[in-house]
Amino acid sequence: MKTIYEFIIKELLQFKRDKKMRAVVFMAPILQLILLGYAANMDVDIVHTAIFDQDKTATSREFIKNFEESGYFAIDYYASSYEDATELIDMGKTIVVIVIPKDFEKNLNRRETVSVQTLFEGSDGNTSSIALGYIQGITNRFSKKIVTETRDKYGVNLALSGSLTPEVRVWYNPEMKTRNYMVPGIMGVILMITTLSLMSMAVVREREIGTLEQLIVTPIKSYQLILGKLIPFTMIGFIVLVIVMLIMTQWFGIVVRGNPLFLLFTALLFVLSNLGLGLFISTVSKTQQQAMMASVFAVMMPMIYLSGFAFPIENMPKVVQYITHLLPLKYFITILRGIVLKGIGFSALWVETLILFGMGAGILIISSLRFSKKVE
Amino acid sequence: MDIQMNSIEVKDLTKQFGSFTAVDKVSFTVKQGEIFGFLGANGAGKSTTIRMLIGILEPTSGDALVGGYSIMKQPDKVKTQIGYMSQKFSLYNDLTVEENIRFFAGVYGLTGKKYEERKKWVLKVANLEGKEKLLTNSLPGGIKQRLALGTAVIHEPKIVFLDEPTSGVDPVSRRNFWDLINDLSAGGTTVLVTTHYLDEAEFCNDIILINAGRLIAQGNAKALKTNYIKNTILEIESDRVVDSMGILEKEDWVGETSIFGNSIHIILNDNAKGEADVRDILTTKNSINVHRVDKIVPTLEDVFIHLLEKDKTNVS
Repeated sequence: MKTIYEFIIKELLQFKRDKKMRAVVFMAPILQLILLGYAANMDVDIVHTAIFDQDKTATSREFIKNFEESGYFAIDYYASSYEDATELIDMGKTIVVIVIPKDFEKNLNRRETVSVQTLFEGSDGNTSSIALGYIQGITNRFSKKIVTETRDKYGVNLALSGSLTPEVRVWYNPEMKTRNYMVPGIMGVILMITTLSLMSMAVVREREIGTLEQLIVTPIKSYQLILGKLIPFTMIGFIVLVIVMLIMTQWFGIVVRGNPLFLLFTALLFVLSNLGLGLFISTVSKTQQQAMMASVFAVMMPMIYLSGFAFPIENMPKVVQYITHLLPLKYFITILRGIVLKGIGFSALWVETLILFGMGAGILIISSLRFSKKVE
Repeated sequence: MDIQMNSIEVKDLTKQFGSFTAVDKVSFTVKQGEIFGFLGANGAGKSTTIRMLIGILEPTSGDALVGGYSIMKQPDKVKTQIGYMSQKFSLYNDLTVEENIRFFAGVYGLTGKKYEERKKWVLKVANLEGKEKLLTNSLPGGIKQRLALGTAVIHEPKIVFLDEPTSGVDPVSRRNFWDLINDLSAGGTTVLVTTHYLDEAEFCNDIILINAGRLIAQGNAKALKTNYIKNTILEIESDRVVDSMGILEKEDWVGETSIFGNSIHIILNDNAKGEADVRDILTTKNSINVHRVDKIVPTLEDVFIHLLEKDKTNVS
């Protein structure tokens, strides 16, 4: 016990003196969270639009007004020709050009069907499809209004059957903000990066400077050595986690709906698997650079891309979906989003919690055995 | 309790890395309390042997008793008997002097009064009293070395292994370091030290020399000088050192030749030859001015060069 205690003190002292490491561990997550919290935002608030109005009548202007008033569209330009319109899109000045045909008003008054053309800069498919939805909505409303007006004016009964409007209620993330969905995930990613790099670097550094050899010669047991590293790094990981949670709730205003203690408990299970992976990396790396490369490319990248943090797992090919079952981060992110956004707890998340525990314990045991064998 | 006079008994210790034999059936014994020198060129297998004895490397075959315990069967027991200091500086640079001492004391389970007492001792031998709060990184090389040795023996082991402890340390610090080794030995600790400084070998009670993984000589410095070189050694000072050596090498009765500063040492194959023959060849036949020719007692360096040359011809 005393040995492990001395070990923990030693690790914390070294961490305290290592300015670079301290900056990486504490500053990087805060910056990451704030940057990603703002950057990882797929919401479309303002669609920059140009109008090519070939009609220039009261009706066409009224149609345009509908867009202005919707609050989603900023009408930045009026094009005077197709060349103009094309150039605006090519230059990246607008994402959408709405083309109102000649005789827009005349044809409407003749009760003919009129088409309005929309040109999209489609390289960002997400924004385009959201803008398209808005445009369709506004156009539908406008045409419905014309039909009603016509009926009232002429008493003609057009084929206007009663329409069905869905009333949509969004649960868990009522404002449908990407940030609310992303930030809990970022919390998981940051916890992974911190604990994984601390562990993999710390053991390899001791090997590099020769102190590991010195330790092996002492009667210290390998479990003492492993615990002596696990405990301080778990402590540091938790401090980071609490900082990140504070930023999430205080800065971004994302409320943890579930039990924060359950969140911390699952974080502990998640940390086990990271420390285990870090220990494993330290047994296959000779230098700190190797350990860093292995951590980034063999663990962090696949975890970030395949865990459902960045891309929805349902959209991945079947084979890749099977691979995602092997990633602890996937389960932790599911748990995090569940606790933070849905406010659910162990009764709904027990499967993920058990898997996370199983993986953590498994990885840690395998790595420890491998480490002990290398040491003795 | 049996009286264990031999601290270390090594028997046919062998280590192979793939097809390369780093240590080849090495056997030797180290008596309790002696300073045992372990000599050989770089890559001769010194470090590999030590690393097997302290339990970092597993031997391919053979065994050794260290402090009475088998390194194959009781490696954990061995670890309680030994201290180790490697050529790499093995303390934590980012901890203070006191924190390093405290950590290693903790690892060896020293507590309370015993800890305070040993801490005081380490600080004294490293000359760091009152400087406990200094970062280890900021200490000069010689002091670091003494601190490393102090912490390596903080638990008062019966045997201490020093793997090239003085490499890269200035001569004065080296001398001080050896005083510390002598003190340890005087206190009953067995010291096994590897070095390639031959002047250090003179301080050892017993020496072994290994080459290409095999033990090629053993004994104390005096025995090595007399037992391994029966032939006469002449030291020659002349005007043209390199030319003189080239000329002498061609003679049948001249064995190995080597240059020591501005003089040449030659080992005679025929002890009947002497100064007259040297002068005859150099001055009379080649008109090189010879200042002096002396018969000398061989230095350890002569012995080792002789043994290594002989071993080279044996191998090939």
